[in-house]
Amino acid sequence: MKRTKGDVIFDWINCIILGLITFIMIYPLYLTILASISDIVAWQGGRVYIVPIGLNFEAYQNIYRDGTIWRGYMNSIIYTVIGTLYNVAMTIMCAYAMSRDNMKGKQFINLFFIFTMYFGGGMIPYYLLIKQLGWINTLWVMTLTNGMSVFNMIITRTFYRSNFSNEIYEAAKIDGAGELRIFLQMALPLSGSIIAVMSLYAGVGIWNSWFGGLLYITSPSKYPLALILRTIIIEMANFDIQVTSSALESAEEAQRQLEISRMQESMRYALIFVSSAPVLIAYPFVQKHFVKGVLIGSVKG
Amino acid sequence: MSVPAAANAPKVINKPKKKMGLGRYLYEYWPLYLLVAPAIIYYAIFAYGPMYGAQIAFKNYRAKLAVTGSEWIGLKHFIRFVNDPFFWILLKNTLTLSIYSLIAGFPVPLILAFMINEVTNKPYKKTIQMITYAPHFLSDVVVCGMIAMFFAMDRGIVNIAIEALGGQQREWLVIPAVFKHFYVWSGVWKGAGWGTIIYLASLASVDQEVVEAAVIDGATKIQRIWYIDFPTIKPTVVINLLLSLGGILGTSSEKIILLQREPTIMASETYASYLYNQGIMNGSYDYTSAAGMFQSIVNFILLSFFNWISNKLGEASLW
Repeated sequence: MKRTKGDVIFDWINCIILGLITFIMIYPLYLTILASISDIVAWQGGRVYIVPIGLNFEAYQNIYRDGTIWRGYMNSIIYTVIGTLYNVAMTIMCAYAMSRDNMKGKQFINLFFIFTMYFGGGMIPYYLLIKQLGWINTLWVMTLTNGMSVFNMIITRTFYRSNFSNEIYEAAKIDGAGELRIFLQMALPLSGSIIAVMSLYAGVGIWNSWFGGLLYITSPSKYPLALILRTIIIEMANFDIQVTSSALESAEEAQRQLEISRMQESMRYALIFVSSAPVLIAYPFVQKHFVKGVLIGSVKG
Repeated sequence: MSVPAAANAPKVINKPKKKMGLGRYLYEYWPLYLLVAPAIIYYAIFAYGPMYGAQIAFKNYRAKLAVTGSEWIGLKHFIRFVNDPFFWILLKNTLTLSIYSLIAGFPVPLILAFMINEVTNKPYKKTIQMITYAPHFLSDVVVCGMIAMFFAMDRGIVNIAIEALGGQQREWLVIPAVFKHFYVWSGVWKGAGWGTIIYLASLASVDQEVVEAAVIDGATKIQRIWYIDFPTIKPTVVINLLLSLGGILGTSSEKIILLQREPTIMASETYASYLYNQGIMNGSYDYTSAAGMFQSIVNFILLSFFNWISNKLGEASLW
C-alpha cells in the first residue's frame, strides 16, 4: 500500500506520542527501583531520576534480614499456592460440567451462579459469616474464600464449548468411557492452556490482595506481604512525627534518628519493588496467556 | 487449540433418541453433578449465606443473639440512613468518583487502541503493548504506595521537582480537592493498556479491502480511522460503555481506604468505604448492612437495566 506524505507524518507523530505514553507507564516503576538502589540522600536531593547515584543494595539487605517481611513473603506464597489450586480446580470442574449439553438442570444452576454477579449480601454480612465460621485469623479465610468467580467460569465454559463437540463425547462413550473418565482422561489433558490462564488470574489476584487480611487476620505474623506493605506505608506519616519530636533531645540522637528514617525510606521503596517482583518477573513470559483469557471472555459465553 | 481425535472419531449417525429415565440418567451422568458440587456449595455458603445474613439490615443486632435471634425492627435503619446528612455526601462522592472515572477512563483505552493499531513496526508495537499492560498486574497497595512515596512532603520526588521548578511543596494527599484526581488517574494508569486488548481484537477484524479502496479514493489516516475502524468496533465500544454504566455505583473501597487520609474523608468517603469505616471499624453492623443493601439494590437495578439494553442491541452480554 502506498503511503502518502500525510500518512508518514501521522505515523511519526503517532509513534512519538505512544512512546511518551509508554514512558509514563513505566517511569514510576523505574523510579521506585532507582530510589531503592540509590543513596537516599541523593534521591531526596532530587538528583536521581535517570541513573542510580551511590549505587547500593543496603535496603534489600535489610529487607532480607527483616523477619517480618520474610514471614509475610512466606505467608503470601502459601496463601497464593493453596488458594490458586483451590480456585482453579473448582473453576475447571464446574465450567466443564456446565459446558456439557447433556447436563440436565443446567439452566437452573446457571441462574444460581449468575444471580450472584448482580446481587450480593454485602461486606458486613460476609464478615459476620466468617466470624460465625470461626475463621477469623486462620489459614482458611485466606485460602478457601478465594473460590471460583462466575466470570472466569463463563470464560472457561466458552473454552470447552468451542474446543469440544458433542461428537467427541459420544465417540468416547461408544468406546466405553464413563463420564468421569472422559473428564479426567480426555478433557483435562487438553485443558492446559485454559488452566494456565485461570491459574495466572487467580494467582495474581490472591498475591495482590490485602483487604481480606486487613479484615480477618488479627495477628501480624499471619499477614500477607501486601498487607505488611500497606501497614508500613500508612504508618509512614506517623513515623515522621516521631522523628521530629525526638530530634529535640540531642544532636547525636537526632543524627541517629535521621539515619534510621533515611534507611526506612529506602526500604519502603525496596519493599514496593520486592512485593511486586514475582508478578513483574513472571509477567513477560505469561503475558500472552492473560491476553488469551480476555479474548476468550469477549466471545459470547 | 484443536482436538485431533475429532477427525478420526466415527460419525454417530441416527443416534437413538429414546427417552431416558431419571435413574438411568443419573447412573450415567452423576459425575457431572459431582463436578459442579464444590462450586455450588461454595456459592451457597459464600454468596447466598451473606444474602441470608443481610436480614440484619432489618434487625436490631445483638452479638449474643446472633443474626437470627436479634429483634426485627423493620425499615428503621434504612429510614435513618436515607435521612442521614452523610447519605448525600456519600452519594455525591460516589457519583463524582465514578463519573469522573468513566469520563477519564473510558476514552483512554479506546484512543490508545487506535494508536497502537496504527503502528506498523512489529517489535515497537509488541514493546508498547507489553509495557502498557503491566500496571494492570500491580496491587492497589503498590500503586497507592508509590503515590504516597512520590507525593510525600520534603522527600517525594514530585514535591522536590515542584520546588526545583519554583513552586511550593504541599502535602498533596491531605488536600480534599485533589483526592479524586489521585483516585481516577491512578485507575487510568493501571487500566489504560489492559483495556485496549478487547478493542485491538475487534480492530483486527476490519476489512482490509475496504481500507485499500479508501486509500485509492484518497482518504487520510484520520478519515480511515473515523469512517472505517471506528464503525467496525462500535458495537464493542457500546457494550463496554453499557457495562461500565451498570457498575457506576461500584467504587473500589480498597483503593479509597488506601488513599484516604483523615482530612480528606469528606471528599473521599463513598458507600463502599463507608461500610468498612462505619461497619467493621465502628462495629455498627446492622445500620451499615442497611446502607450496603441500599447500595446493592440500586446497583442491581442499574446492572440489570444496562445489561438488558445491551441484550436488546443483540451483542454479547453477561448471559
